[in-house]
Amino acid sequence: MKFGIQINEGPYTHQATDTAYFFAKAALDAGHEIFRVFFYHDGVNNGTRYTSPPQDDRHVVNRWSELAKEHNLDLVVCVAAAQRRGIVDEGEQERNGKDGNNIADGFRISGLGQLIEAGIESDRLVVFGD
Amino acid sequence: MATVKKFLYVNRKAPYGTIYAWESLEVVLIGAAFDQDCALAFVDDGVFQLVKGQDTADIGMKNFSPTYSALGDYDINKIYVEKESLEARGLTLDDLQHLVWEDEDEDWAEKDSIKVVTAKELAEIMDQSEIVLSF
Repeated sequence: MKFGIQINEGPYTHQATDTAYFFAKAALDAGHEIFRVFFYHDGVNNGTRYTSPPQDDRHVVNRWSELAKEHNLDLVVCVAAAQRRGIVDEGEQERNGKDGNNIADGFRISGLGQLIEAGIESDRLVVFGD
Repeated sequence: MATVKKFLYVNRKAPYGTIYAWESLEVVLIGAAFDQDCALAFVDDGVFQLVKGQDTADIGMKNFSPTYSALGDYDINKIYVEKESLEARGLTLDDLQHLVWEDEDEDWAEKDSIKVVTAKELAEIMDQSEIVLSF
């Protein structure tokens, strides 16, 4: 089956992204396909490489980056939500005149149309959030 | 894009307090460009999103409630409001914005977009939807 995943909450405050990660991993291990993971609302905060949790805790962001690398996942951060919350890639840095960027490996910033497309193209769209 | 799916956007939270209501509306407006079968549901505190006469001046936030009246122009005319949620909050249909759409098959006759449904009816609507996005 082809899954789309939407994550609506940021890391550590909410468990949503952890649950979504384990869901994605289990689905991939079972031979299913992940069409796209779309990060919305505070979920965009899962896509900053500046995240530095204590050594003895899980690294939510790196975990997604590694899973994306391993399975060629499409991790998309909503541009409108990202702009509000300071998640920036090179393109956004240039467009908005910022002095740096913070997007994590394997993530890209794009529009809400990517979420709608994930709904259309996937057999199931699974929403994780509050 | 040939595939048309039944999308249902479920709005569960009060309009200000958190950003969910506004960012939900942003998805709805973008989604409208994809020519899908769209419906909106308002439940729990989400029913407050449609209350008329909103004034946000004192909280320094944009009053986005006028945007709902544009939904008809985006061909979004299935707006379900849960009866139990309204009643629990002392609200009636008269407290909500009068949202309408124009039916091109009936000489652009103006029709009501909002339909008050019971929790049971809404459960059936959810069951019949293919993509349920909750905010």
